[in-house]
Amino acid sequence: MPEFWSEFLPYPWNIVVAGAVAAGLLFGFIGGSTFFAIWAERKVSGRIQDRLGPTRVGPFGLLQSLADGIKLISKEDHAPIGADRFLFKLAPYLAFCASFVGFLALPFGNHLVAQELNVAAFFMLAVLSSEVFGVVLAGYASGSKWSLFGGVREAAQVVSYEVPRAMCVVVPICVAGTLNLNTIGNQQVGWFWNWNMFHDPFTFVAFFIFFICATASCKRAPFDLAEAESELVAGFLTEYSGIRWSYFFLAEYGSMFAVSGLASMLFLGGWHTGVLPFEPAIEFGFIGGNLLNAAVFIGKCWMLVMLMMWLRWSLPRLRIDQVMMTCLQYFLPISCVLLVGVCLWQLVVPSQVAVIVTYVLAFGWTGFLAIVFLSVFRTPLGADAARGELPGAWHDQRVPANVKPN
Amino acid sequence: MTLPIVLFAIVATITAISALGVVLARNVVRMAVWLLFTLVGVSLLYFLLGAEFAGTVQLIVYVGGTLILIVFGVMLTAQGPLRELRTRPAEWLVGGIVGALLFGLLVTASYQIALPPPSTDNTLPGPGPLGLTFLGVTETSPTANVSGLPDDVVVPRKPVAYLLPFEIVSVHLLVVLIGAAYLARAKRRVKA
Repeated sequence: MPEFWSEFLPYPWNIVVAGAVAAGLLFGFIGGSTFFAIWAERKVSGRIQDRLGPTRVGPFGLLQSLADGIKLISKEDHAPIGADRFLFKLAPYLAFCASFVGFLALPFGNHLVAQELNVAAFFMLAVLSSEVFGVVLAGYASGSKWSLFGGVREAAQVVSYEVPRAMCVVVPICVAGTLNLNTIGNQQVGWFWNWNMFHDPFTFVAFFIFFICATASCKRAPFDLAEAESELVAGFLTEYSGIRWSYFFLAEYGSMFAVSGLASMLFLGGWHTGVLPFEPAIEFGFIGGNLLNAAVFIGKCWMLVMLMMWLRWSLPRLRIDQVMMTCLQYFLPISCVLLVGVCLWQLVVPSQVAVIVTYVLAFGWTGFLAIVFLSVFRTPLGADAARGELPGAWHDQRVPANVKPN
Repeated sequence: MTLPIVLFAIVATITAISALGVVLARNVVRMAVWLLFTLVGVSLLYFLLGAEFAGTVQLIVYVGGTLILIVFGVMLTAQGPLRELRTRPAEWLVGGIVGALLFGLLVTASYQIALPPPSTDNTLPGPGPLGLTFLGVTETSPTANVSGLPDDVVVPRKPVAYLLPFEIVSVHLLVVLIGAAYLARAKRRVKA
């Protein structure tokens, strides 16, 4: 992008303007995604709990987030007496900065990235793991026991889950041979069986482990021990109100989109549709191809974020010892096995076998997903019950002989 | 004033100010926050130099790991005398003298570093040669001078095995781990 701006501006200013434009676009993306993700979260939770969700503000309640935002801005910006005021005010910005900086290295298309780094995957891991700092500081600075417990839980949970998450990132990187996310995306060009997820059984399992660990490190339910309304009031958020509170949610949704982007970049073919056997940015021209790439990539991010919402509203919250045990007793050994396994697979398995396994994995998984999707349209149980009769209750039971019908 | 110099000035100023903040703050957690800004500033300096990997390692090791553990420990243990640290005048004196000496030493040393010699082959060694060098078998670029020395000083290069120092460092870490486990163990009395 500095090359584009160099047509209009002299040397140092084209870089400055390019950086400012990239930062503005990323901020817009995070803000816009959060805006719609909060609405979607309410809608999803509503439908899962057999409610309607927001309906009043705008069509389908789409402007609910706007109403929430106005409410949050107009709330009093309040700090408790026992709080460390400087740290209390600083903490939300620290959390948001971490999740914002993670997007700097995330490509939305072929070379469609704010700053193309050679170590982009590593950089994203490093930056996203420092988001916990804002949460821990918020917990400490609030001067409240609930907040402190929330912060301590968050620190323990995130520091533990970072280890299997990082090891699961290394698994596709062993396949790719580079840390550059743009190169990793380019390697997965073409049909969907070229995606790293279907490369071998180890990357296939690594995707799921990575996704669960990423959910845990975004402190989403069922791992939201840091907030845990039923035990800790609201955890580290207890003393926050108004716009600072909303910065924490901006950070949370931002890091959800960042880890979803990282997952789709490493495992799910990045910006490739999976059904076009060429690079769209070359075939469809610069503008059209890049728009398609960005749309596909953002769509994949949204699908993973929706999956996180589905998990959040379906599963009960784990206990803190269960959370730690899941990480240290299961995910850590599994990810070590995956790492060794993917290295051995590259060394030992002959290429004919590897190709067959790739096809089996790719078509087996898409077939499974298709069956699950089609099962949505099956006839619901008891749809053939007569009107006014309870569906399924006495449907296929004979009336016992000793009961006489009136 | 080019753009890199302006950026360096901004980042270096922020880093230096937050380093002063680490020294001057009294609350332990605030010190940790100032240390956060210092470490992030140092990693930004690495990024400005184009050393992306070093900058990222700085972020993940110090900011994401060490600093979190420091804050975690401080939050759990900071009570009474440890929460507010007051520095006595004698400590200011000793610390100031040591700091000034170190600064002077670093300044004189940095003025004596010559430019690295222009290397004839710019290709980076692959993992194979690097691993062999690590074992002391071969040398990656035997003709080149040792980088960072003046031109007239010629150090004869010999194949050096880095495996032994590496193993010693690992064993040192193991000793630290065992020591930590020993200190943290449950103290039970043996029944007589």
